[in-house]
Amino acid sequence: MYPSIICPTEGPDKKDDMQFDRAKSEGKELTKEEKQRLRKEKKQQKKNKEKKDDKASQESEKEKKPLGSAAPASQPPTQSTTQKAPSAVPAPAPVSVPASEAPVLADKPAKSKAELKAERRARQEAERASKQGKKGETGQQAATSKPKAPPNELQPVVKRLPEHIQVDNPDVLKKLAKKLERQQIPLRMDYGYKVSLFSHLHQYSRKAPLTQQVSIPSTVIHPAVVRLGLQYSQGIVTGSNARSVALLHAFKQVIRDYTTPPNEELSRDLVNKLKPYISFLNQCRPLSASMGNAIKYIKKEISNIPSQCKEEEAKSKLLNCIECYINEKIILAAKAIAKSAIEKISDGDVILIYGCSSLVNHILCEAFEKSRKFRVIVVDSRPRLEGREALRRLVQKGISCTYVLISAVSYVLPEVSKVFLGAHALLANGYVMSRVGTSQIALVAKAFNVPVLVCCETYKFCERVQTDSFVSNELDDPDDLIVTRKGKTHLKDWQEVPSLGLLNLVYDVTPPDFVDLVITDLGLGMIPCTSVPVVLRVKNVDQ
Amino acid sequence: MNEEELVEYFRDQMRKDPDMASAVAAIRTLLEFLKRDKGETLLGLRESLTSATTCLTGVDSSVAVSSGGELFLRFISLTSLEHQDLSRCKKVMEERGELFLEKISMSRAKVAKLCHTFIKDGAKILTHSYSRVVLRVLEKAAGEKKRFSVYVTESQPDAAGRQMAEALRELKVPVTVVLDAAVGYVLEKVDLVIVGAEGVVESGGIINKIGTYQMALCSKAHNKPFYVVAESFKFVRLYPLNQQDVPDKFKYKADTLKTVENFSEEHPVIDYTPPSLITLLFTDLGVLTPSAVSDELIKLYL
Repeated sequence: MYPSIICPTEGPDKKDDMQFDRAKSEGKELTKEEKQRLRKEKKQQKKNKEKKDDKASQESEKEKKPLGSAAPASQPPTQSTTQKAPSAVPAPAPVSVPASEAPVLADKPAKSKAELKAERRARQEAERASKQGKKGETGQQAATSKPKAPPNELQPVVKRLPEHIQVDNPDVLKKLAKKLERQQIPLRMDYGYKVSLFSHLHQYSRKAPLTQQVSIPSTVIHPAVVRLGLQYSQGIVTGSNARSVALLHAFKQVIRDYTTPPNEELSRDLVNKLKPYISFLNQCRPLSASMGNAIKYIKKEISNIPSQCKEEEAKSKLLNCIECYINEKIILAAKAIAKSAIEKISDGDVILIYGCSSLVNHILCEAFEKSRKFRVIVVDSRPRLEGREALRRLVQKGISCTYVLISAVSYVLPEVSKVFLGAHALLANGYVMSRVGTSQIALVAKAFNVPVLVCCETYKFCERVQTDSFVSNELDDPDDLIVTRKGKTHLKDWQEVPSLGLLNLVYDVTPPDFVDLVITDLGLGMIPCTSVPVVLRVKNVDQ
Repeated sequence: MNEEELVEYFRDQMRKDPDMASAVAAIRTLLEFLKRDKGETLLGLRESLTSATTCLTGVDSSVAVSSGGELFLRFISLTSLEHQDLSRCKKVMEERGELFLEKISMSRAKVAKLCHTFIKDGAKILTHSYSRVVLRVLEKAAGEKKRFSVYVTESQPDAAGRQMAEALRELKVPVTVVLDAAVGYVLEKVDLVIVGAEGVVESGGIINKIGTYQMALCSKAHNKPFYVVAESFKFVRLYPLNQQDVPDKFKYKADTLKTVENFSEEHPVIDYTPPSLITLLFTDLGVLTPSAVSDELIKLYL
């Protein structure tokens, strides 16, 4: 807001009347541009050598385009508001593993690695050149009103979809099977008839956990990870915070038991060791957004270990990092969020909560301890009935609660003063991804003009964009919907009825118009739902 | 500089230049306070500045004074003060304070420059109560030889709208004063609504003289654009969820806060307009949508 004196990296020819963010970004661009120029020169030399091979294999490699450029392609469209990050990313991206959950395509023995690399580099050059041209234009805009418009990407390829939402595509399934075979992890079979709208998602049965197909003792998968996988698939560990913490603890155990094989570097080998574990956990239960971010962080930390570091030192450093991550992003974040949220709870409030969110429960308990007078209405829904757990925790503290099922929500809302919701993830377009039923509650609350507050830690902010609950979701075991009442189990033989499908969705997305306020940590406190991409942008700049 | 001197200086500034925003006067006073402060430590300095701001809000309880004070403190301490010597630090802070003051005194001109282009020839404008920023915008538009007419609401309880009408008559702009209750009636005739703001909150909504929320609701119903003009020092770190959520210290005039015990008898003088009703905000940072306000605040505070 008040630029010139504050920003130290400002160019000499740009002085007053410049907005702070533009000054900051241009300062950073200059140094990154220099780095790119050096990289470019080096690559030009290499490129000239390999250019002949490149032209020859151009046609046969056209189908392989997604491999190389998907990694840089996946980054720029999602980081839609900055020009800085994409330019720095392309070089390391194809060489290291793409950090997103996109699977590594199986090796095609027909192509040689050198040809692929040369192909990739040529594409990067083209992209970077086009980006340089665009940078000249976009830098001149006095774009303060809105976050910067996405740079027009001249990507010639289609953005690659993650495999977990392409289950009805047999090629993708084949690739997945090959990959799992390579990592020696059993493939979990889908179960039962899938409703056609969701046939692109996996649907597993709880009665066939993956661990039954894993040999004991497993040589490939660490026992802590096997145990974790079982806990996930049986629903023993649920809730995004609980799953992330359990994951991080399991990885700590893995790191403790790890020894670097001879002639290998810890930074590269450990990452490779973690890949089959992550695939295994993914098979047991699809990874959540929070787990994805945690894994990204761990992989980054591991690859940042300097090669001359001794093994013991490296291991203790990693364990420390993980401890810090859990402490900062989950425990301390909860405290910070509770502090901001308590300002919004006044005496005489009637607060409505849905399901069981560890963060919302923490906030309510803290507020009660600070002697705020309020009562809580817990809304619950089948088949998980998680609200009972929340009810138990709140009543134990002495908070007066009411318990209703979601069908009664419009009956109960006129007496509610605020709605507190937890979130599984906050998407880059401001949509809130949470337990199924949340968007229903937000919609009804909006109709009654009741403010809806979402509480979410920043580590759950993810760069995905979704506008509906169909494209990417999780299908739980359909047998959970079967219930026995008065001795009769009506849906027992649902598989035999050809026109009957049972759908047990886990998540849904709530548009930002229904959410009045997001309470988060990192010193931000209360932000509107539309500012999530701003936070993502600022966080990426910091890192 | 003790409390009475502070208050006296502040009142003096307001008297000398009635056209100056109260926040600017407050910041001038704080700068003077900083210059005369005899503190020994930086922390003590910060604390005394904060208490000075609190004291000033006791005189003029508008949102702008408290937000201006907070921003001033933020701006002067945003640099890394590596100098060991406190007096050198103070010098740096004073310089930055002067710079801040210079920047914000130009903010009204910047806003006027941005906004007057949205006023087309032959436009009919509706505005609420007396706002110096809106006056400046209309002045600029009149200066550009645009022909427009203005409807001003009377804005009880202090009939500030009449003051606005007087000022507009001097600019030779055709103006009509309407009752606060006639906003719905007159809206079908107007093309756009422009109001000032006492404070711009984090959600992108505004806090302004009572009656603004009604006007915003009616313009939404009539599909007329609702523009807000405000300087950037009015951005405040509040996030009200509804009318009840606005802190009491902003709702009533400073004298009322001090003398009256039971607020349920008193009528608030401001209300909160949520961001969904606002089309655009014209600030010296540029033309912003309500969601961009949070963007700017995050950039400043993160």
